Amino acid sequence: MTPTPQDATREIRMQVMWNRLISVVEEQALTLLRTAFSTSVREAGDLSAGVFDPQGRMLAQAVTGTPGHVNTMAEAVLHFIAEIGRDRMLPGDTYVTNDPWKGTGHLHDITMVSPSFLGDRLVGFFACTAHVVDVGGRGFGADGKSVYEEGIQIPIMKFAEAGRVNHDLVQIIRANVREPNQVVGDFYSLAACNDVGHRRLIEMMQEIGLSSLDDLGEFIFSRTRAATLDRIAALPKGAWSNELLTDGYDQPVRLAATVEIADGAVNVDFTGSDPVSRWGINVPIIYTKAYACYALKCVVAPDIPNNWASLDLFTISSPVNILNAERPAPVSVRHVIGHLVPDLVLGALAKALPGKVLAEGSGALWNIHISARPQTGQDGRRAEMLMFNSGGMGARPGLDGLSATAFPSGVMTMPIEATEQTGPVVVWRKELRPDSAGDGEYRGGLGQVIEIEAAAGHQFEFSAMFDRIGHPPRGRNGGADGKPGSAMLDDGTVMRPKGWQQVPVGRRLVLNLPGGGGYGDPATRSAAARANDRIRGYITEDGK
Amino acid sequence: MTGVRLGADIGGTFTDIALDCRGQLYSTKVLTSYAAPEQAILDGIAVVLRDAGITPAELEIVIHGTTLATNALIERRGARTALITTEGFRDVIEMRTESRFEQYDLNLQLPTPLVPREDRFTVKGRIGAQGQELQPLDEAALEEIADHIAAEGFGAVAIGFIHSYMNPAHEQRAREIIAAKVGVPISISSEVSPQMREFERFNTVCANAYVRPQMADYLARLQVRLKEMGATCPVFMIHSGGGLISVETAAEFPVRLVESGPAGGAIFAADVAQRFGLDRVVSYDMGGTTAKICLIEDYQPRTARTFEVARTYRFCKGSGMPISIPVIEMIEIGAGGGSIAWVDAMGRIQTGPESAGSEPGPACYQRGGERPAITDADLILGKLDPENFAGGAIRLSVDNARGAVLREVGERLGLDAEPAAFGICEVVDENMANAARVHAVENGKNISDNIMIAFGGAAPLHAARLCEKLGIDRCLIPPGAGVGSAIGFLRAPFGYEALASKVVRLSEFDADVFNELVDGLKTTAEGFVRAGTQGAILREITAFMRYVGQGWEIPVTLPDRAFTAGDVAMLQGSFRDNYARFFGRAIDGLDGLEIEIVTLSVKAQDERTAPERLAITTGTTLADAPASRPVFDPARGETLPTAIVDRADMAHGTRVSGPAVIVERETATVVTSPFDVVMQADGTLMMIRKETAA
Repeated sequence: MTPTPQDATREIRMQVMWNRLISVVEEQALTLLRTAFSTSVREAGDLSAGVFDPQGRMLAQAVTGTPGHVNTMAEAVLHFIAEIGRDRMLPGDTYVTNDPWKGTGHLHDITMVSPSFLGDRLVGFFACTAHVVDVGGRGFGADGKSVYEEGIQIPIMKFAEAGRVNHDLVQIIRANVREPNQVVGDFYSLAACNDVGHRRLIEMMQEIGLSSLDDLGEFIFSRTRAATLDRIAALPKGAWSNELLTDGYDQPVRLAATVEIADGAVNVDFTGSDPVSRWGINVPIIYTKAYACYALKCVVAPDIPNNWASLDLFTISSPVNILNAERPAPVSVRHVIGHLVPDLVLGALAKALPGKVLAEGSGALWNIHISARPQTGQDGRRAEMLMFNSGGMGARPGLDGLSATAFPSGVMTMPIEATEQTGPVVVWRKELRPDSAGDGEYRGGLGQVIEIEAAAGHQFEFSAMFDRIGHPPRGRNGGADGKPGSAMLDDGTVMRPKGWQQVPVGRRLVLNLPGGGGYGDPATRSAAARANDRIRGYITEDGK
Repeated sequence: MTGVRLGADIGGTFTDIALDCRGQLYSTKVLTSYAAPEQAILDGIAVVLRDAGITPAELEIVIHGTTLATNALIERRGARTALITTEGFRDVIEMRTESRFEQYDLNLQLPTPLVPREDRFTVKGRIGAQGQELQPLDEAALEEIADHIAAEGFGAVAIGFIHSYMNPAHEQRAREIIAAKVGVPISISSEVSPQMREFERFNTVCANAYVRPQMADYLARLQVRLKEMGATCPVFMIHSGGGLISVETAAEFPVRLVESGPAGGAIFAADVAQRFGLDRVVSYDMGGTTAKICLIEDYQPRTARTFEVARTYRFCKGSGMPISIPVIEMIEIGAGGGSIAWVDAMGRIQTGPESAGSEPGPACYQRGGERPAITDADLILGKLDPENFAGGAIRLSVDNARGAVLREVGERLGLDAEPAAFGICEVVDENMANAARVHAVENGKNISDNIMIAFGGAAPLHAARLCEKLGIDRCLIPPGAGVGSAIGFLRAPFGYEALASKVVRLSEFDADVFNELVDGLKTTAEGFVRAGTQGAILREITAFMRYVGQGWEIPVTLPDRAFTAGDVAMLQGSFRDNYARFFGRAIDGLDGLEIEIVTLSVKAQDERTAPERLAITTGTTLADAPASRPVFDPARGETLPTAIVDRADMAHGTRVSGPAVIVERETATVVTSPFDVVMQADGTLMMIRKETAA
């Protein structure tokens, strides 16, 4: 039973090195946060960073980061290894792509991978991903009919070879995007972030006297796998299905999933989901998988670190459809449907684990991309701006839902004072939306209301990426649905949920974000909780 | 020093008093009394005055720092506060960043806002991003709000309007209107925290208002009681940025007192660094529940513009409330002597942030603690003497420690008590090392270039191993380390940092406007410093700059003189140099990539005569150890016979070769096998890495 002293020392050494490796990727992510240009990275944390073994298996990831990036990046590294080839890899290299099917699902996300060499031995890879402010084409929006309209495509290639930046690539990018300095600046930030990770890893290996990460990787993977298998073993076995309707671009879209729990594996199948859309709301399967795995992990193994071994036990399958769109389908706003995948999967899991799973929520972020410019004949500024905003989260069994909080995405909102410094708009309102939560024993989280107007002498158009307008978040176990969202002008003109649209001079855009669904029979909500909702003004209507 | 100066630090458990009486130091620790915090100070003062044989009237200055403001925020024991804010932004302090600080916990709960929604009032009136008025202030509506606040019996009012850091006119006018009808203190965000980012600024002004009545009462009581005991000298407060401010200023801006105790610790370390002429130092303060790490360059602790207090979820970043004020920048992690060790689902040892505290305390205290704490692991490894802990005041039970470590860690991993205890110490040491490395990198520094200064009860037990992990060759353990913060107060300058957010692109640099801004900040900062000194004042001017489009600014030190249009090239060059130092390389070849200044800071402090410089003694005589006991040595991975030496028995120049344990009343300094330790002239211990074989 009692191991030898050598075993005991090895055990402790391995644990300590695992911690150290996590610290290395945290430093890597922090560098990206601090050098990035796009507000989505620097204010909102829309990024990911991780370290991989020479086979491309993720060893550790930074806690900072959003599931759509982390879990897609975990797959992306394999594509880089296959396409660049070991023979062409040199110390000081950095590889890049924004291929939606090999990266993270749309052209706006730039993924960079750098090999890490100790001497001339390849010991691992660092990868990171960030959303840049522009990639040319139609701009960030759902209006493209194919990926070719959505911007410049960068196939997997070298951004830097042996430390020398590929200036031809930089020139091509500069010529193709609306904000060349910010975009190229972000390319440099991504490369710098991998450099920092690499330097710290090599320092760590030299200090400890490691020549490879093989033993450490084996330790991390075996521990993680065993712990995840324990959790899967505790689940009921069988198959459970769920369906969900979303707004789509111009007609509703049906999503379907079956979660099958077997011995030592969980699979999610998306057969029954609607076909590929004509519009840019399609999802490459790499992104569908990222959010399906995220939902499963939240319920099954929330405390187990995200790495190759924990992700490996969750698989997905799907025929070609809106959740498995193939090239050249348009995919620019794949996150809207992608962010609804957790509610879809959690609905199936709720049947397997009654009483354990939260109600549906707002789901997709209400991102708005604003393109502002001076009115004709006036002086002023042009600017591209992106705001992330969140509606209400679904009620939890035992707890009200969180108001105006991103789920499943992990991003933050930007301060409106920073947004107004970035470009010529005025945000007149950004506050909670009373009476938007679904009632229940535990009520959903509240949505929010946002009002935006162009600054004096300016006008703007915006790309709508909104959902849950026609299809509100559903309650669970007798809980009521949340209030649906709406997008309109201050004169009552209704705007479309997706696509680029103009706001006339002098008008404000008004967004009402959805509230989360309730959980449990509203009749059983405590009198104290109801009284509190009234005092706070979360609920104002009579009879509720 | 020739004067008679007294420092008083109210901490969570103890109130520490340090008296510098014409160069002689006296100190004591008294239990903190929450009901009447000033009583502990008076009791402590009585002790040190008696020890020094002087009367209260001989005190020349009392310098005070307190955790009371922090505790009021953590425990939510402040005044009922009304927040008046811009229409459309009622929920800024409740919506926070709209994110979850832990991605996978579906049962997460966010911290409750300091001011509940029913107590937040909105009013029309809007300032734009450039400081221009977009909509006039609705004064009639403010009159009604004032009536309501007066009728409802609020204890404090906070006012926070959008973009008030660019133009405070609306906030100032609103204060006039409210003050005419309401008799309680009013705080406005453009004075408390004139920095961009509405959530941080509004939360900071609410925190200030929330603790203000309580702190003002306390400070008034303290002054009365001191006068009654015969201490007629002035009282100054230490603030979170590490300088001194008047009691009047502290009563108006009590949020500036948050984290003043840890600030004292950093000043203590900075003073030790200056005495020994060490220009790059990392201070390491480990107490019962947390460890704090701070970088000190050229005898000045680094400062930051924002920090987070009252974290509610496993010390997790984002789970507390942001406070935007100048603060000594330090990293704090949940790693102290009382931190609990446990095993997670992967069979990994974890430590903290949960702490056994003083009740029940670690298992070895024999006060009912069942779960293993860091102190239990230290005891099992032989670092502590069970018969002689805290001068023999507490008898430690090795059996209890072994039982707890085996039950909660050893048996789950198939390890005996010693390897399990080694594992616990390795994990906590590694966590601290990682925090220190990341903190250094965040500041563009290399941790191994520094010398460590360790203080706080648990730090000397772990410092040597931490130095091994960080590649640090020297570590100082000064005397009086148990009351380090209170001693630090005695060394604190009269100092104040004034900040203002103003976005200035270098392409649009207007020297006149810029000079006016800097002069305004100088006047503000020096005004506070003049309250305490008539002597010369030192200034440091810093611009926080970035490439246009970035969100993180890096500090760039500017010359203290009037600026001209020709200075743009200098500003550009300084920024690029600093940028390269932080991030490896400046960004080249981007036509028209602009640089901007976002925030300006002026730090002012009185000029101090440098303390007498002490030469470092490396010692040559190896002392014979009178006693020895087996202690586990982490570098060698085995238990070694280890010299046990009483600190009081070491004369200046005495050198003891590791492995050794230097014991004293409050704690013990563990010297691991790669180090020797040498007694310095002033009673400081210095660990020095042994020469590697040539």
